[in-house]
Amino acid sequence: MGLRILKPGIADSIQDKGRYGYQQLGIPPGGVMDRIAATVANTLLGNKIDEPVLEMHFPAATILFESSMMIAITGADFGAEINGHAVLINQPILVPAKAELRFTKNKKGSKVYLSVEEGFQTSSWLGSSSTSFLLHKGGQEGRNLIKNDLLEFNNQEDLEIDSLTHLPWRASMAEFYSDNIIAFMPGAEYQMLEKISQTGMVTNKFKVSTQSNRMGYRLEGQALLLGNKIDCLSSAVSFGTIQLLPNAQMIVLMADHQTTGGYPRIGHVASSSLPTLAQVSAGESIQFELISRDEAENIYLQQQQNLQQLQNACNFRLQEYFRNE
Amino acid sequence: MVQTAAYQIYPIGDQGITLDYGGEMSETVNRKIFQLFKSLQNWQSDAILDIIPAYHSISIIYDLIKIKKLAGEYSAYHYVETKLRVTESLLSDQSNELFEERKVEIPVCYDLSLAPDLIELASAQQLSTEEVIEIHCSKTYRIYMIGFLPGFAYMGSVDSRIASPRKASPRMNVPAGSVGIAGTQTGIYPFDSPGGWQLIGQTPLQLFDTSKENPTLLEPGDQVRFYAISLEEFHHLKNNQS
Repeated sequence: MGLRILKPGIADSIQDKGRYGYQQLGIPPGGVMDRIAATVANTLLGNKIDEPVLEMHFPAATILFESSMMIAITGADFGAEINGHAVLINQPILVPAKAELRFTKNKKGSKVYLSVEEGFQTSSWLGSSSTSFLLHKGGQEGRNLIKNDLLEFNNQEDLEIDSLTHLPWRASMAEFYSDNIIAFMPGAEYQMLEKISQTGMVTNKFKVSTQSNRMGYRLEGQALLLGNKIDCLSSAVSFGTIQLLPNAQMIVLMADHQTTGGYPRIGHVASSSLPTLAQVSAGESIQFELISRDEAENIYLQQQQNLQQLQNACNFRLQEYFRNE
Repeated sequence: MVQTAAYQIYPIGDQGITLDYGGEMSETVNRKIFQLFKSLQNWQSDAILDIIPAYHSISIIYDLIKIKKLAGEYSAYHYVETKLRVTESLLSDQSNELFEERKVEIPVCYDLSLAPDLIELASAQQLSTEEVIEIHCSKTYRIYMIGFLPGFAYMGSVDSRIASPRKASPRMNVPAGSVGIAGTQTGIYPFDSPGGWQLIGQTPLQLFDTSKENPTLLEPGDQVRFYAISLEEFHHLKNNQS
């Protein structure tokens, strides 16, 4: 009982919250790019919030549900259709056996998440099911999904779903995303930027280059200059660290970042803005907004509180729905 | 009275913090980083996700929500900062040798078939290849940090007579186990990967093994010594370890 990949997309992989505790050995944490979308995908089904999910880009996989399942699709809107009927994102969906899910159009966002009730059977390595492409471990044999892969469900009961059904509630996601506005806090070398570059960083837009991936987003725009050349010995970096490359352009380190780096750290994207950034497609532009560390903390805490409320509401609705059935 | 070294503390994002002594590559400073790393590892909390030592800095990646619950009215950052400062201050008042550093011996085959840059490096330094090997094996190296690739240990410092710059154009593929020199650093590639270090030999040991609970052979703070082996021994060891 599971789902089968009829046709793989360009990069479909199993991810969870990441593999922490091993960065001292140079092992990157990895994990989902958009933590909010992945959390909500699980929340909608009453799963543990860090249950592994399927992360897909466009074009995404065509998927056959060999058995019936309750699922949720979150993140990007790729025009999802089940058996030719448009289905809604951010809403629990009951899917009958033998149904086919496809993603028809790249409408909005760049990463879609698919969760199933109680999760997938995945291979865990060092405490995480996130796919490490570098080490070929975790998820589905440490690689992207390929044709005919079968992802077994943890829930092996027959759910006896006769027809495609949306459950009558949905998660409101607008509050978690901002329209390509990316809040960041100053990094250790921010003060060494020339004043004109500090100003330029927040007054100009920067384009996400096509040379962007799960390791990092390269940005294109105004050249940023340091007052003096500096030579940093390598130190730890994190998801969201904004480094200034020797060509005067920025790179934002994303989920699969290396553990250490030596380029000047001019900023760090606020955790609360990482989901927005994760959903920006190559070719789109972003606008940076400077905030303080305290603000970054408070916005993130508020965001997590909203997620907690959503989780409570979803659990309540699910209980009510299945009690009345 | 031990003098307290100056350091800076700064955030690396809203869920990370770095304590940084600054300056150059220094064994004294890095030893302190190692002692701090070990002390912080005793801080058992699921709010701490990672502790990452580097040349002259150490970083903590934390779960903001969980730290905030401990921090109460203070910011999460303030809470972790205080913990770092206190741990550092206790360290400077005690000896530098609270935690023992492991000693690791690594066999290296310097046969020219496995050492594509050995002749060039030797002639640039006006040494024979035997002298380069002898000098490389004559010192115990400190692992300053692990980074770049999983299990890639930055070790130093090599004798100034064999210190050599990176290659002008990096190789597309350096075989796993290759031992290289870059500046005063020496290191071993754990995987086949692109790389720009000057390659002077190869170890038959597997530096990274995903089937093991501790996947890396080397850890931060280790004391590493190389010893030369023949090509025959190299193949024997390589075939017998798996």
